Amino acid sequence: MDLTLFIIGVATVAAAIAAMSLRNLIHCVLALAVCFLGVAILFLRLGAEFVGFAQILVYIGAVAILIVFAILLTRSGGEEPKPFFNSQWWYGLAIAVAVFGCLSFAILGGKSIQPQSITGNSTTVKQIGTELMTTYVLPLEVMGILLTAAMLGAVVIAWQKGERK
Amino acid sequence: MNELQAYLLISAALFCVGLVGVLTRRNAILVLVGIELMLNAANLNFIAFWSFSPNAASIDGIMFVIFSIGIAAAEAAVGLALIIAIYRHYKSVNVDEVNSLKG
Repeated sequence: MDLTLFIIGVATVAAAIAAMSLRNLIHCVLALAVCFLGVAILFLRLGAEFVGFAQILVYIGAVAILIVFAILLTRSGGEEPKPFFNSQWWYGLAIAVAVFGCLSFAILGGKSIQPQSITGNSTTVKQIGTELMTTYVLPLEVMGILLTAAMLGAVVIAWQKGERK
Repeated sequence: MNELQAYLLISAALFCVGLVGVLTRRNAILVLVGIELMLNAANLNFIAFWSFSPNAASIDGIMFVIFSIGIAAAEAAVGLALIIAIYRHYKSVNVDEVNSLKG
């Protein structure tokens, strides 16, 4: 484990914690974009170039902006009213700490993994495209239908029926 | 600790931070942000296991993550539309004030 990975990992997790704990929702979304960028850098380090750039395009370019729009449309920008955690926050924190303890125990205690070198796997966009059009063509079509249905559903749900004052 | 375990630990930390957000924040938009963080942690696990796998020719890990990103985008769009509809009805996006179905 080298120093750059440590720095990127700490920055990513710190941005995630900021996204979950800041009071101003706009600041939360900015921290979330930093966290997505950290995950994209980790993807690039792992040799998954296409997924790294897709992460930047989809998450930072679309999802973060969509969340900003939702915050502005619900007029909850700026400081939130005072209790910004719910009344059972203590249980949630305890459950999450227990889950993290369990996961890290399993990760650090497992001895069956003998990882290969990181440069062993590299893939090109051409290879991904070929696979998508041959082996994975049915999931690709289903994904297209799902995205169309989700887009139509989002429009229908958010549609303002009639004109109310 | 080898490098794969470092990536898995980062992923576990991201997942648990997202879990804290989902379980504790009152604002529904931040609950959705927490879900996005948990999905990202899962994607990081896929890529880490793919990158260190002995089967170098397989690109199944990449494919899983590509479809997962697509599903996450659809989920975010529908979830935010639902939040806007809830805001229009209740004039609030706090999850503990939307309790009409509470017994």
